[in-house]
Amino acid sequence: MSDKSKKKLTPTQQEYQAFAKRREPKRPVFKNSLKAFLVGGIICTIGQGFQWFYMTFFDFTETTAGNPTVATMIILSVILTSLGVYDHIAQWAGGGTIVPVTGFANTLASAALDHRSEGFVLGVGGNMFKIAGPVITYGVFSAFIIGLIAVALKALGGM
Amino acid sequence: MQQFIFAFLIGGAICVIGQLLMDVFKFTPAHMTVTLVVSGAILGGLGLYEPLIKFAGAGASVPISSFGNSLVKGALTEAERTGLVGVLTGIFEVTSAGISSAIIFAFLASLIFKPKG
Repeated sequence: MSDKSKKKLTPTQQEYQAFAKRREPKRPVFKNSLKAFLVGGIICTIGQGFQWFYMTFFDFTETTAGNPTVATMIILSVILTSLGVYDHIAQWAGGGTIVPVTGFANTLASAALDHRSEGFVLGVGGNMFKIAGPVITYGVFSAFIIGLIAVALKALGGM
Repeated sequence: MQQFIFAFLIGGAICVIGQLLMDVFKFTPAHMTVTLVVSGAILGGLGLYEPLIKFAGAGASVPISSFGNSLVKGALTEAERTGLVGVLTGIFEVTSAGISSAIIFAFLASLIFKPKG
């Protein structure tokens, strides 16, 4: 809570805020990080396995193998989400399951499933990007700005 | 084999960064993923993300930060060919597979499955 909003509170409320803060369970930062490292690392290793598979058995190079790899990971993630397995892993692993691209697919699929009862157009169609939207919005906007900067630098003979 | 170890280490490390953003800096998951995507885009613009992918393979291309990098890469490659308009037309060029498959399979899943607690 910022200092600005603290000033508006009465002394009793401030006292309570301090009390609640002391009672708040400390987050086990190290344990959480270790879990995130293990699960995130395993997910990336599985991805590396698929990449190796596509490079060895199909005509993909190191750079083009990324596409089928990501698509396969997304299919797996959607299936696991539909079966209710992914969220169980996510509860344990935290950032380890949110950061990989499988977490992106998980937010899409779980939002689509959750809002199914509201109908297929307004429920599924309208809410699918409810959680995944920020990633796309900020990703596209920052890519646009960076693209503009790069083009401008090139026009000025910088790059 | 070495590639698998680097994928594990780098991929795990990026996930730890995300976890620390949530635990230490009290970011929500949405703020954390947005931060990673924008960082990936900036690193991509500086040309630093590609070497990381070369080094760690899926360890760098599976985390969401590579989404930002791919958006920038698509925009820049297309801009090279067609000029300023390329920034707009190229943004989704590389990430198309990921976004399309996520939308298609998430929709298919919602047709087949019911939400599970």
